[in-house]
Amino acid sequence: MSVIVWIVIAIIAVVVILTIFAYNRLVRDRNRIDAAWSQIDVQLKRRYDLIPNLVETVKGYASHERQTFEAVTQARQQAISAGNIEDQAKAENMLTQTLRQLFAVAEAYPNLKANQSFLSLQEELTGTESRIAFARQFYNEQVLTYDNALETFPSNLIGNSFNFPPKPYFEAETASREPVRVDFGQGGGTGAPPPAS
Amino acid sequence: MYERIASNERKTWLLIAVFIVLVALIGWLVGELTGFGLWGLGIAFGLSIAMTSGSYFASDKVALSMSRAAPANENDYPQLHNVVEGLSIAAGIPKPRVYVVKDEAPNAFATGRNPEHAAVAVTTGLLDKMRRDELEGVLAHELSHVKNRDTLVMTIAVTLVGVIVLLADFMLRAMWWGAMTGGDDDDSGGGGLGAPIAILGIVLLIFAPLIAQLLQFAISRRREFLADADGVFLTRYPDGLISALEKLKSDRTVVRSASRATAHLWIESPIQLEARRGRKGASKQGAWLNRLFDTHPPLDERIAALRSLALGGQVATPRAST
Repeated sequence: MSVIVWIVIAIIAVVVILTIFAYNRLVRDRNRIDAAWSQIDVQLKRRYDLIPNLVETVKGYASHERQTFEAVTQARQQAISAGNIEDQAKAENMLTQTLRQLFAVAEAYPNLKANQSFLSLQEELTGTESRIAFARQFYNEQVLTYDNALETFPSNLIGNSFNFPPKPYFEAETASREPVRVDFGQGGGTGAPPPAS
Repeated sequence: MYERIASNERKTWLLIAVFIVLVALIGWLVGELTGFGLWGLGIAFGLSIAMTSGSYFASDKVALSMSRAAPANENDYPQLHNVVEGLSIAAGIPKPRVYVVKDEAPNAFATGRNPEHAAVAVTTGLLDKMRRDELEGVLAHELSHVKNRDTLVMTIAVTLVGVIVLLADFMLRAMWWGAMTGGDDDDSGGGGLGAPIAILGIVLLIFAPLIAQLLQFAISRRREFLADADGVFLTRYPDGLISALEKLKSDRTVVRSASRATAHLWIESPIQLEARRGRKGASKQGAWLNRLFDTHPPLDERIAALRSLALGGQVATPRAST
């Protein structure tokens, strides 16, 4: 066989190998995004599970604040049963606000604030809020990696020919852009300041 | 931000490359001076690999037991566990094992050969003195060490220093002994090399351990800066780590169970703190020389570097809001 044939074969082989690598990389990146997304769901569910306990604990000390309890319970129910991502985001914002009110109410009851199970629930909730934030942050980083690969050469060619659609960033409603701080005089927050832009 | 991290990475690998060249040079010298030829090179690399892999697998157990760290119970330290778990999610690594060291001095370290076998330890002093956001800053620094596999990098560096010390020491002793007893055969000591090169080789052997130590410290300081920057990248909140470092600066207590062997692990070097105290009245001229022997950059410089990040504002760009 002539040299030219060998060169052509070599080029084809290189192209095939590069294609396989690029394809596998996109699949891996896409799976990571899915994993990151489900991590957010895990943490949101953790928050839903904490709320009934929290409401019960506060009720024991501040039974006549019925309105606040109902608002929290309702917001939680809406968030759980939300049909699409947009509704869920809205309900989540609602839930965050009502929780804030609940903790504001708790401020007025010194006995409650000294209650051990209330304190540990408060720590659990603070931890969960920050885990939700971190999970979203991680999700966005994975999307950044994936979308970069889709827009840069040569992986963009693979992305276009094998149907890899770009993934959207998680963007919160303007209302929830201010940091979620369940912060009662112990300083700090969940380490989430507003973007310094 | 990204560029700064990338340049830090490059510098680390450059330092490691210099390290490997140094080991190779020593190995070659040993070979030439003893007449074993290329075997010297083989021995040097064989020794390096054997010793590195040995310490690679045992490093976390040794570090944890040396600093008397006890596993942190989730019920006793809920905040610590929550913060570690949150940051692991942000870093995309499994949650490391969490340990507590009973000690007044605020400090923390990370260890473990890879993210799957990692552990972080904090002192009770750190838990007492830091607010939540400061604790988060410190632990983000530690988890960045885990994520960047600094434990591996530092294990390699420390072990290569050991190999170089061992080889240089062996060679100098052998030559000293040879000069004292033999001496009838002129060219046996010098192998195939001429006298000037042999002398140069001896000088190199004498200084190699020192050079290797300085290299190790330089790598360590690079990794500290990098972990600060990466840590802030996780929390997106430079002020937390900045104010934690400020607190470390003003604190005068020293971790009792820390030694020179584990100094490079801690967020703030426990050894430097001791030195800083003794050095208080020392002249400024000595400062530069002392710095070469530090495992950590001065806290002031780390704080200044973080401030410039915070002012740049780039840290906050792709943040998922909360």
